[in-house]
Amino acid sequence: MSRLITKHGWTAGLLSILVLLFILTRMIQPEFGASGLDSLSRATLPFAFATAAMAVVVIAGGIDLSVASMMAVAGVTAAVLMDGAGDGMTVVAVIVVLLIGLAMGAINGALIVLTRVPDIVVTLAMLYVWEGVALLILNAPGGAATPWLRQLIVGPFLVPWLPKSFVFLVVCVALIWVPLKRSKLGLSIYAIGSDELAAYRSGVAVGRTRIAAYAVCGLFAALGGLTLTLSTGNGEPIPGPYLMASVSAVVLGGVVLGGGKGAILGPIIAVIILRLVRMDLTLMSVDPNVTTIVEGTIMVVVVMFGGVIAYRGRQK
Amino acid sequence: MTAETQVREPLTLKRVGRFVADNPLIPLVVLLLLLVGVLEFMRPGIVNERWIGNTIKFAIPLAMLAACQTMTMLTGGIDLSAAVAATISAFVMATQVPIVGVPLAICIGLLPAILMGLVNGFGVAVCRVHPLIMTLGTGLIATGCLQVYQRFVIASGSVVPDGLAWLGTGRTWGLPNSLLLFVPMAVLIIWAQRRTGFGRLLYALGSNETASRISGVRPWQVFLALYALSGLIAGVTGLLYVGLIKAPSLSLVNPLLLPSVAAAVIGGTSIFGGRGGYGGTILGALILTVLGTLLTLLQMPEGARRILFGLIILTVTTIYIRLTEQSR
Repeated sequence: MSRLITKHGWTAGLLSILVLLFILTRMIQPEFGASGLDSLSRATLPFAFATAAMAVVVIAGGIDLSVASMMAVAGVTAAVLMDGAGDGMTVVAVIVVLLIGLAMGAINGALIVLTRVPDIVVTLAMLYVWEGVALLILNAPGGAATPWLRQLIVGPFLVPWLPKSFVFLVVCVALIWVPLKRSKLGLSIYAIGSDELAAYRSGVAVGRTRIAAYAVCGLFAALGGLTLTLSTGNGEPIPGPYLMASVSAVVLGGVVLGGGKGAILGPIIAVIILRLVRMDLTLMSVDPNVTTIVEGTIMVVVVMFGGVIAYRGRQK
Repeated sequence: MTAETQVREPLTLKRVGRFVADNPLIPLVVLLLLLVGVLEFMRPGIVNERWIGNTIKFAIPLAMLAACQTMTMLTGGIDLSAAVAATISAFVMATQVPIVGVPLAICIGLLPAILMGLVNGFGVAVCRVHPLIMTLGTGLIATGCLQVYQRFVIASGSVVPDGLAWLGTGRTWGLPNSLLLFVPMAVLIIWAQRRTGFGRLLYALGSNETASRISGVRPWQVFLALYALSGLIAGVTGLLYVGLIKAPSLSLVNPLLLPSVAAAVIGGTSIFGGRGGYGGTILGALILTVLGTLLTLLQMPEGARRILFGLIILTVTTIYIRLTEQSR
């Protein structure tokens, strides 16, 4: 039991913060209930997928600055394909969008491996490229989302307090992450993030693993873009604020920048916490700009504490 | 015969590589001249005194902001809050001018930028936070503070002082006045990097922090000074840029952030630290500015322009890294 707690200490801490925040929310707004949960969950969805995308590459020892741009590409592609599409076409559109996400991620990864340019630089350059692609697909916000697909993330599931969008998130992440983590590929991703040279000498195909990690990142980004289109009802070619938000959620979630440590559950709890804080501050009718300050401060303070603790730990 | 050419070719390539590694600025100059040549070919007569002045005028703020990136990258860091620091300086200065007058407003404007630098330095040096995260976070906080501040000064309006407008947009004998500020600063930075103890410490920390710590360097002092200096330079950049644009806004310098990283990278500064210099960064900023003009002239849709911009950054860096790697 104690081993379980030390192993998942960070996640458990985050979870208790989340519970405290929910209690606080209930105190601020006594009528906070099913509909509040639903809107919170729906607002979190794109952020959560962006965070999952970022978490995978950070665990693999990299970083992807182009997450938000890839989401924009996926979002506009979905909006264009679904515009006036029938049932069959919608399914095709979803599959196409997910494949495009995989391809975009794989291109990022392949470029990093082939050019041997640092990942920050490659994804910085690709940020412009994907942004440009999104603008070429759709010059201004437009397109549409198929109504029945939109119903997939609106409203409660079975019981009134369980939002469909939350179930959607859990199912998608679990379908991708759980098999991945248990497979050889997942182990390889942790290995190259922890120590690339050691992984190489142990027979891990470093280049291929890195490309796969970026491809999974692209897949999550595509899901993020898709849900964004579903929740707004149209495609938006200008990338949203998902880069900063995903990096901060990943770090808050206990994934070490530099790779090899962490999982996907922590970052997703962290992203919900960040959204909930934002909602609480809005409920308390605090200026939304102050909310940005609070968010940034939480992130910096937590990271500073984490840094000091890690440093102390190393010195002992 | 064939064997001989096969042997000779890698040898020449190797020689080129070694030459480039010894003189990293030469291929950048060649690339810059090449781009200008293409521009002249596409639109004959465009390259004149006026165009050169304009290009330099727009490259200078970028090069100054890239100075923050270059110096922090030498230690293996990065300063993503530089653009926000610059914006804050510019906005606070412009809104304080009607209240307290120009000289005091400039001082007040630079304060938050330096403060941000100090906070960054504290986080990186004392708490050992990754610079990317730290500067991202302070940038976020500062943006929020700026938006709150804006609501308090919305009534007083903003004024861009004539002196800064003169410095930003004016020209003397065909040359932009901003060179008056930029040239001494660039000389100072290059001199500091190459000849002073502080500059050497930056390279030392970037190459091997443990080794330099064991040799008696106190990293926290260097980091604190470095990030504070980076904040100060960013603040000055903001003041100059608002003189150029003449309309202070809440996201004034933000579009320059990623290009400033790109300029430093194209200029040959390693993002992992220990290698590079400001000379290359200045050329990188010029290359990016000329490239921008070139892409504007091509009359392509905005999307295609961005794609080209990204691909060119990637290609240039790849070639550069390949060439300098070969001689090792």
